[in-house]
Amino acid sequence: MSELYQVSSNPHIRDHASTTSIMLDVIIALIPATVFGIWNFGFHAAANVFVGIAAAVLAEAGFQKAAGLKITIGDLSAVVTGLLLALNVPDTLPLWMTALGSVFAIVVAKQVFGGIGQNFMNPALAGRVFLFLSFSAQMTSFTYDGVTGATPLKELKDTGKVKNLFDMFLGTEAGTIGETSAAALLLGGIYLLAKKIIDYRIPLFYLLSFLVCMTLFGGQGLDAEYLMAELCGGGLLLGAFFMATDYATSPITQKGRIVFGILLGILTAVFRVFGPNAEGVSYAIIFCNLLVPIIEKYTVPKMFGASGRKKEA
Amino acid sequence: MSRLTFKGGVHPHTDGKDMSKASPIEMYQPKGEVVIPLAQHIGAPATALVKKGDRVLVNQKIGEAAGFISANIHSSVSGTVKKIEPRLVASGDKVMSVIIENDGVYEEMPEQERKSPEELTREEKLEMIREAGIVGMGGANFPTNVKLSPKNWEEIEYYIVNGAECEPYLTSDYRRMMETPEEIVKGVKIALSLFPKAKGIITIEDNKRDAIVRMKEAVKGDPDIAVKTVYTKYPQGGERTLIYATTGREVNSSMLPADVNCVVNNIDTVHAIYEAVEYGKPLNRRIVTVTGDAIASPGNFNVAIGTNMAELVEAAGGFTTQPEKLIAGGPMMGMAIYDLNIPVTKGTSALLCFSKDEVRANEPSNCINCGRCVSVCPGRVMPARLAVLAEHGDKEGFLALNGMECCECGCCSYICPAKRNLTQSIKSMRKDILAERRKK
Repeated sequence: MSELYQVSSNPHIRDHASTTSIMLDVIIALIPATVFGIWNFGFHAAANVFVGIAAAVLAEAGFQKAAGLKITIGDLSAVVTGLLLALNVPDTLPLWMTALGSVFAIVVAKQVFGGIGQNFMNPALAGRVFLFLSFSAQMTSFTYDGVTGATPLKELKDTGKVKNLFDMFLGTEAGTIGETSAAALLLGGIYLLAKKIIDYRIPLFYLLSFLVCMTLFGGQGLDAEYLMAELCGGGLLLGAFFMATDYATSPITQKGRIVFGILLGILTAVFRVFGPNAEGVSYAIIFCNLLVPIIEKYTVPKMFGASGRKKEA
Repeated sequence: MSRLTFKGGVHPHTDGKDMSKASPIEMYQPKGEVVIPLAQHIGAPATALVKKGDRVLVNQKIGEAAGFISANIHSSVSGTVKKIEPRLVASGDKVMSVIIENDGVYEEMPEQERKSPEELTREEKLEMIREAGIVGMGGANFPTNVKLSPKNWEEIEYYIVNGAECEPYLTSDYRRMMETPEEIVKGVKIALSLFPKAKGIITIEDNKRDAIVRMKEAVKGDPDIAVKTVYTKYPQGGERTLIYATTGREVNSSMLPADVNCVVNNIDTVHAIYEAVEYGKPLNRRIVTVTGDAIASPGNFNVAIGTNMAELVEAAGGFTTQPEKLIAGGPMMGMAIYDLNIPVTKGTSALLCFSKDEVRANEPSNCINCGRCVSVCPGRVMPARLAVLAEHGDKEGFLALNGMECCECGCCSYICPAKRNLTQSIKSMRKDILAERRKK
C-alpha cells in the first residue's frame, strides 16, 4: 500500500479571506475615527478605548474558558465589539462603566447565544443601550473644551438651528468618542466598501431613506444644511457603516438588506423627530435586528431559472 | 458589447494554468497493466465482453452498454485479459474493471469499411457516437449520444461547445484548442449536422486569448459557427451558466438544456465525436493535465484509458516533495484521492498534486452570516441556510429553499471566510433526496 493522502469533499481550495481578516479590516476602517476621537477628546478617551477592548477580549476568553468552549478571541471579533462600544460612549465615562458595558455586550448579547454569528442583536449596541439605561446621567453628559453642554444634534433639535456644519463634518465638537467626525467615519466606510467587507446596500438605503423621511417629517423641508447636520450628527454614519452592517444581525439576502436599510432610515427619522431624544440610531438598529428573520423570510432570492419550465414530450 | 457572463461565481486565488499551459500534449503509453473500469459514465455499468485469458486489441470493445443510459468500453492497449475484478477508482468506489496485461505491441483492430461522414444519416452518426462509447469529458460523464438525441432535436437552436475551462490548473482543453483546432471544428460540423436549425457557438474564457485566435482562424468562413469570448470566472463552463452567458436563457434543475433549445458539449467531447464519425475510433484515450506544486515538470499527456495514475506522476518528472493532497479533476469540483493506484478514466481531466491541503489548513468556525455564499451562488440559493437545514436533516425546509438547484460547483465553500464545508453538507442532502426519488 502506498502513502495515504488527504481526502475531503470538493472544493479543494479556499479563499484567503477569513473571519479574522474581515475583523482586522473592520478594525483598520475604525482607525481614523478612533485616532480622531483620541485627538479630539484626549487621554481619557484613549483610556476608554483601551479598557473597552481589553474588557471585551477578557470577557470572551473568560466566558469560553468557564463554559469549556474553544477560545476564539483570535478571530478579533471581540476587539471589534469592544472598540465599537468605546467609540459609542462619552470620553468622560468612568472606565469601570465602559468595562461593564463591554462585558455585557460580550457575555449577555453574544456568548450566551452561541458566540460569533449566533447573536440576534448587535453586541456593541446592546452594551451601549445597557449603559444608557443604567447610567443615563454619565452617558448623556458631554464636555467639550472644558464646557459641559449639549451635542450639536441635541442643540439642533431644541433650537432648530445648525450650529456649525463644518465642525460637525470634521468632528471638532461634543459627542461620543467615535461619532463626531463624519469625515473619519466616511473614510473608514469607503475602505470597507472598497474591500467589499460590507454590502453597499445597507448604508446606502439607510441614509437615503433617512434623508427622505427627514425631508418629509423633519419640519425644515428640503433644507440642505439641516439635512447635512442630521447626517453628520448623532452617530448616524457610525451606525450606518459599522453597526447596521454587522453580519450576524443583518439579513443575508441582498433584497433583505435593502429592506433592512430602508426600515432603519424610517425608524431613525421617527425616533429623532417624534422621540424625546435627539438620537435614534442605536434603538433603530437594535429594533431592526429583531426583524431580520422576518425580513429574510420574505426576501428569499429568486432561484436561477425560476421561470423556466420543462418541455412536455 | 456587454461581457458574456452570469451572476455570481468566484475568481479563485490561484489560476495555476501557467504551470502547464505551454507544454504540448505528450503521447504517453502505459508500461504495466491497464485497469479499465466498466463504469466510467453515469448510468448502468457496461457488461464485460471478454474473459480472463482473452487476447484483446487496441480499440476492441470489451464492455457493452447495458441499457439506454450507459456506454461501451474499449481497450486502449493490446494484450491479455489478466483478471476481471473490482478495482478502486477516483470516486473512492470499487468498480468492476477489466485488467489487461499490456503487451506493448499496440496491435489495432482491423479497419472496417466506413462511409465518409457526408454520406451518413443522422441515425448512423448517432450510432457511431454511441458505439464509440463517448461520454461527456468535462466531468459529468453523461453518454453523449443520449445528449445529442433530445426529443425536440429539430428545434435545437444552439450547439454550444464548452472551451471555457474555468477550473484553475486545467489546461487539457486549452491544449486541444491550440493543437487541433481544425479537428474540433470538424467535430462541431458533425454535431451541427444532427440538428437542422442549430448554430454552433464555441465559448472560450477571455484568459485564453491565443486559443480564441486559433479557433477563430479555424472557423473562418463558416457562417454557422461562431467563437465567443466569455468572461473568466468560475463556474463559467458549467452547463447552466454557459447557456445563460451565451443565450440569456435559464435552465433550472428540473430542466434539460434541450428545454431551452440548447445542447452543450465539452471541447474534448467534440473532438471524440470527430474521431468516432470520421475514423470510427472509440474513446479510449484522453488528455490529462498533470500538475500542482508537488509535480516536477507539469504537463499535458495523451493517455490511454486505464493507465495507472502513479505512472503519470513519473511521466511528469515525479514528486518534488511529498504531496499532502491529490485530486482527480480540477480543484473546485474534482475528487480527492487517497491512493495513487487508480486508473485514468474517460472523465479524468487532470491529476493535481498539492504539497499542502488548503482544506485541512482551514478549520471550520461559526458562520458569521456575511452572505458571501449567497452572493457567489450561481444557482441563486442561500448556501449558508441550506447547509444548516442539511445538517439538521430537514428535507422539507431544504426543498422549500430550492436546495435542489445547487450544482455543487463549490463556490460557497471556496468563498466562506469561516471555512465551512457548505458544499459538502448540501451535496450529501441532495444525494439523499435524489436516491429517495429514484426509489419511488
